[in-house]
Amino acid sequence: MPSSLLWAVDVYGRVYSLSTAGQQWEHCRDAHLEFKRVTAVQQCCWSIACDHNIYLYVHASEVPIRYQEETYENQRWNPVDGFSDRLLPSDRWQWSDITGLKHQPLGDFQLPSENWEWEADWYIDENFGGEPTEKGGWTYAIDFPATYTKDKKWNSCVRRRRWIRYRRYKAQDTWVKIPSEQTESLPDPFNDITCGGWEITEEPRGCLALWAVSLQGKVRTQFVPDHFYCTFEQVWFRCDINHHNPEGSVWEEVPVPGEVVQISCGPGDLVWAVLWEGHLLVWFRRGVNSHNPCGSGWIGMVGEMVMINVGLSDQVWAIGFEDRAVYFRQGVTASELSGKAWKVVSVPRDSERSHSSASASSLQSAGCFFGGEVRLQSQASMLSDADAETERAGGEVVPTPEIGDAPKPRIPKVTSDSFISELVSDREGQISRRDVPPAGPSIPEEDHPEKELEDRASPAQVLSPSQSGGVDPQWSNVDLEEAQTHLTSGPGGDAAETSSLSSVATYNLALEEPYGLDEPPKWAWVSGGGCLVECHTQLNWFNSSTSTALNSSMQAMSLSITPAQTAAWRKQIFEQLSERSKREMENFMHYEQAIEQSVWVKKGTMQWWRDWKPHKWVDVQFALEQFSGVEGNKDGILFIYYTFNDEKKYLHMFINEVTILVPVLNDSKHTFAIYTAERTKQRWPMRLAAATELEMHDWLALLSVSCCDSRGIQGPPSKQAIWSVTCKGDIFVSEPTKELEASPYPTPCAQMFWRQVGGHLRIIESNSLGVVWGIGYDHTAWVHTGGYGGGFFQGLASSTDNIYTQTDVKSVYIYENQRWNPVTGYTNRGLPTDRYMWSNASGLKECTKNNTKPPSPNWTWVSDWTIDYAVPGGTDREGWQYAADFPASYHGNKTLKDFVRRRRWARKCKLTTTGPWQEVPPIPLSDITILPCGPKSTVEQVSLWAISNKGDILCRLGVTSLTPGSSSNYGSSWLHVGTDQPFKSISIGAVHQVWAIAKDGSAFYRGSVSAQNPAGDCWYHIPSPTGQKLKQVSVGRTSVYTVDENGNLWYRHGVTPSYPQGSSWEHISNNVRKVSVGPLDQVWVIADKVQGSHSLSCGTVCRRLGVLPMEPKGHSWDYGIGGGWDHITVRGNAMEAPRIVMPSLTDNQTATRPLQTSNQPEMNGNPVGC
Amino acid sequence: MADDKDVLRDVWFGRIPACFTLSPEETTEREAEPYYLLLPRVSYLTLVTDKVKKHFLRVMKTEDVEEMWFEYEGTPLKWHYPIGVLFDLHASNTALPWNVTVHFKNFPERDLLHCSSNSVIEAHFMSCIKEADALKHKSQVINDMQKKDHKQLWMGLQNDKFDQFWAMNRKLMEYPTEEGGFRYIPFRIYQTTSDRPFIQKLFRPVSPEGHTLTLGDLLKELFPAAICAEDEPKRFQVMIHGIEPLLETPIQWLSEHLSHPDNFLHISIIPAPSD
Repeated sequence: MPSSLLWAVDVYGRVYSLSTAGQQWEHCRDAHLEFKRVTAVQQCCWSIACDHNIYLYVHASEVPIRYQEETYENQRWNPVDGFSDRLLPSDRWQWSDITGLKHQPLGDFQLPSENWEWEADWYIDENFGGEPTEKGGWTYAIDFPATYTKDKKWNSCVRRRRWIRYRRYKAQDTWVKIPSEQTESLPDPFNDITCGGWEITEEPRGCLALWAVSLQGKVRTQFVPDHFYCTFEQVWFRCDINHHNPEGSVWEEVPVPGEVVQISCGPGDLVWAVLWEGHLLVWFRRGVNSHNPCGSGWIGMVGEMVMINVGLSDQVWAIGFEDRAVYFRQGVTASELSGKAWKVVSVPRDSERSHSSASASSLQSAGCFFGGEVRLQSQASMLSDADAETERAGGEVVPTPEIGDAPKPRIPKVTSDSFISELVSDREGQISRRDVPPAGPSIPEEDHPEKELEDRASPAQVLSPSQSGGVDPQWSNVDLEEAQTHLTSGPGGDAAETSSLSSVATYNLALEEPYGLDEPPKWAWVSGGGCLVECHTQLNWFNSSTSTALNSSMQAMSLSITPAQTAAWRKQIFEQLSERSKREMENFMHYEQAIEQSVWVKKGTMQWWRDWKPHKWVDVQFALEQFSGVEGNKDGILFIYYTFNDEKKYLHMFINEVTILVPVLNDSKHTFAIYTAERTKQRWPMRLAAATELEMHDWLALLSVSCCDSRGIQGPPSKQAIWSVTCKGDIFVSEPTKELEASPYPTPCAQMFWRQVGGHLRIIESNSLGVVWGIGYDHTAWVHTGGYGGGFFQGLASSTDNIYTQTDVKSVYIYENQRWNPVTGYTNRGLPTDRYMWSNASGLKECTKNNTKPPSPNWTWVSDWTIDYAVPGGTDREGWQYAADFPASYHGNKTLKDFVRRRRWARKCKLTTTGPWQEVPPIPLSDITILPCGPKSTVEQVSLWAISNKGDILCRLGVTSLTPGSSSNYGSSWLHVGTDQPFKSISIGAVHQVWAIAKDGSAFYRGSVSAQNPAGDCWYHIPSPTGQKLKQVSVGRTSVYTVDENGNLWYRHGVTPSYPQGSSWEHISNNVRKVSVGPLDQVWVIADKVQGSHSLSCGTVCRRLGVLPMEPKGHSWDYGIGGGWDHITVRGNAMEAPRIVMPSLTDNQTATRPLQTSNQPEMNGNPVGC
Repeated sequence: MADDKDVLRDVWFGRIPACFTLSPEETTEREAEPYYLLLPRVSYLTLVTDKVKKHFLRVMKTEDVEEMWFEYEGTPLKWHYPIGVLFDLHASNTALPWNVTVHFKNFPERDLLHCSSNSVIEAHFMSCIKEADALKHKSQVINDMQKKDHKQLWMGLQNDKFDQFWAMNRKLMEYPTEEGGFRYIPFRIYQTTSDRPFIQKLFRPVSPEGHTLTLGDLLKELFPAAICAEDEPKRFQVMIHGIEPLLETPIQWLSEHLSHPDNFLHISIIPAPSD
């Protein structure tokens, strides 16, 4: 899990953040001003400063926030000039938007705020619908508006071309003021702010909703589009805001029935507001869900808290009333939402200030918190401690005050009346310093709050005499008498009752003694909206002394404490043990063993899917006999005892013939499949079902160990290993032999032995230096730690260290189907012949919201059912897709011919498992490729390219393979490689030839990529095969293969070192889903519709036969394990077959090797420049 | 990078080459050849010497045979100590193979326990495991196991089945992560120089202050003489499985990885060789 941040403001207005991986509060040094509120989400943090402006802090990301501006240049042909910019009077503008309706000359484009910068100048987009255009990027048509083509025809009278320019958000990792262009329409400043709504239904993913409360208690909202999501058109249902910027643009007022003091919104649709009515302790609202958004009742909590905040995954954060400490509600889980106990977060801050400056700043912030007269307050503090505070107070944020106009005696009054005004929200509404000049109009206010105070008893309750007694003598410039009068005038009610009102809270605090060096920090506000804490993770925030023990327990599967592997004592034990073995055994191996090896049998009952018709599950006795073979290697036999026609029979299987054990968990049965080479050819495994999941895992682990023993395989996968992933996300690895790629008689790939490795992935890629990366279904990137086992492999089948918790999230989809009838329109009453009204994609299986379960018991629901708008083909605003009849091709808008419609519902589920994988935060990825290397090459820097799930192309820096294991394979950072459009597939070849497929299905070649210039310089657009949209690419040593969306496999012809782009595509095969080309140019695919002797399989691993250096296309397929396979990578297997001697080939590698390694020093300098 | 599990394997598959010779006091029909055998360090003498017995019985008359016992350089070897402990204690730093004398008469009743059958060894082994788990987990783990699980542990040892044994023993080695280790470490310290059979005390893997305790801490408390200052010559060797772990080795790690199958950490303290 990547670390995330908890944000908090202390009572002096300083903002701190605490990382889930860290152990101390980090002061946000950039903030030169005090803050009142923070509200955080994962990618950014919003705040209200004491100057009542909204500030935004966007975390720096390796993928920049970019927005593409575009405009069209239009021309018309005339006989004199040819095409020229002289258009007809009825024509569109010469420079316009895509519709031609809006005049858009290049010069009219302005940066939306000073936080943006232009990336480069305008340039012409030469890509037209995935195809490269002629030079100049012109597209032609008969007239505006019309269909444009890239070819000029005899009747082409008009033409246009697209100009694009990128702007980039530059204000990252810093607080920037949100310009409030609506000053005049905002009569009062903001008092509270909350951010959320990133999972609001009917909104595109990634947008945020920002809510704010003004001093007068009005609620405003602003929708903020996702700033990482910049290249696509977005439609807003509720607002017209269509700006792709992190700052948002317009505030909208939301009517509320009363006066709001605090507001909070969650990631979904819910917004809570506390109306000004009285008191609030800490309560937990019970039973809130989508059907009952108001919840069913309140549960009181022990402990008095000043404020609470609900973070991601329902974790609750609070600030204590007594001690101002940040509390974490322990034990909040899906089943026990109210949690178990409050736990105080006790970590030090990164630096403690000196006592004197702390007190000075406390004075300053004491004033700042109360709105009203900020300038005067900061002035006062600057006078008292000018040198220390000038820098902090200066700058654009707190404008230099007008000295002299500050009547000191009035300060406490200002303090108290703005305080009151925040509470009771003065109905005249003239408090805001924006609207009111500081000196003049504040005079009439002097009496006003006192009147208010007397009129309304409730706000005065806030301070008890006991608290006001502790006033510090340091308040020398504050009229204490005045303050005391105010404070004691209240009836001394329970301060806790109003303690949820944060403004009250801060006032209380201002009277307390400023803390010294060793006192714990006092907090005013906390925001956990960006802080993801999973139930199963342990935070090391709570007690520093035990933190090391907690850290080590993170390794859930570990048998041992596992301190640093490098500890001297451990090394010494390893060394001595091997010395001992040598001393005591080496010369005596001819001695007889004291204990003879014998047979060990494990038995159990299971169900077996009968091999013959009628196929059915039958109860069987199952036994595994293990014994030592003649040469001391272990072996075993599997027996299945069944009864047929009252006759006891059995069948058996030799363990050393088993090629793979595949778990097939579904909601009804705990089954697994056992394949041998023969059964792989038949496409007919032996299928067994255990009574419980645990039993199945026990058997699988035992059988797996037994199979590995019989083949002498143990320990972590080798660097050459071939990795594959099933459609269930299970990961398998196979150790290639030299004969696997032998020609002309390679080992049939049905004979490959696969063993499972813990974890859950969608994509996995490797190279022969042992660098292995994977991507989960939730687009999280993972790097292989060099371990093995995990998952259900416990104890001996798993490495003790290098195993970490892995989570994955995916969506389950069901379809709601409706048919039109003339009376009622679309209803859920279908024809008798129709599909189920709630069904799966094919319509053959009924899937209702209630009866649909997560894919297997390992998965749990983590969201509710929501309508999915991101369906291929598009939807209308309610998510419906229309068609003439079931099943047909669906489209997003209703036409007269449409009699049926459907919409897709999605629900997210989550898996938690373990495996030898370590997360690579923070950027979610959709594809990845690693430089394939020759058998013995020692490349120091391993090129690794990836595509983010937004389609950005990234190049990983600092990936090395000097030592096996995660630390060096992990790399250091991402380098963003600019593109004009989003991408979906990428592959790098052995000599750094990078190919990529854009989302529009066109291919690109990256020029000038080398070890010295890892990011290359520019993209070359390669036309796709006619009429096909490409889907995936894989580049081996020299071969380039692509797969298109219709399952065709294409080979790139004419690729030479001098012309690496090649000349044309040649069709190789159909029914191909994915291709992986290895460092020997071996071609492996995942194929569909593979016919076995017993059944047909989809998702089958196939290897191209007859691939030779002079014949890179091969001639036929060899079928391996399947179906149900989704991905394979053979890019680690650089093991040449023993018989083949190719001098030219070895020359090639020796030629490239010095090139890759010799110029290391330049590597780090270069990327910056590209 | 070596894995901690390799230590378990190394420990389990540790073998001592032994040369069994019949005591000259025994009456034989013809001269008895010595018998050479690789003994598992973690097993028990009487459990693995069936072949030795068979070998010598061939040259002896049945009436001359009583219970078999072993002796090394005059010291009767206690079968209820693991073989590795016996070797480390009495014969480390000597030339291999280990010369063990076999007796069939004059059973030293004062020194040795009788071992009439393997079930006696099994009972002893299981009682050790139970005692160890009482120390580690207040017997909770061993009591939660079924009879067949107990049998699996014993069969694993008897038949030298590492996987079979560890599939079950794994559970005995677990502990709540927040506690940082077992309740108490089951250990025994043996010495040749004392009449006491062994030292055994309650000892926690983590100090009250939360520090991880080491082998050095254990010895400091129970056998301070084994720890020598840097300048003085080493007086004692602290042996576990024939190796001398560094004193800073965490005692919990040792207990998990270098314990014998009976779940005890057997530590032999022997005088350092004077050479």
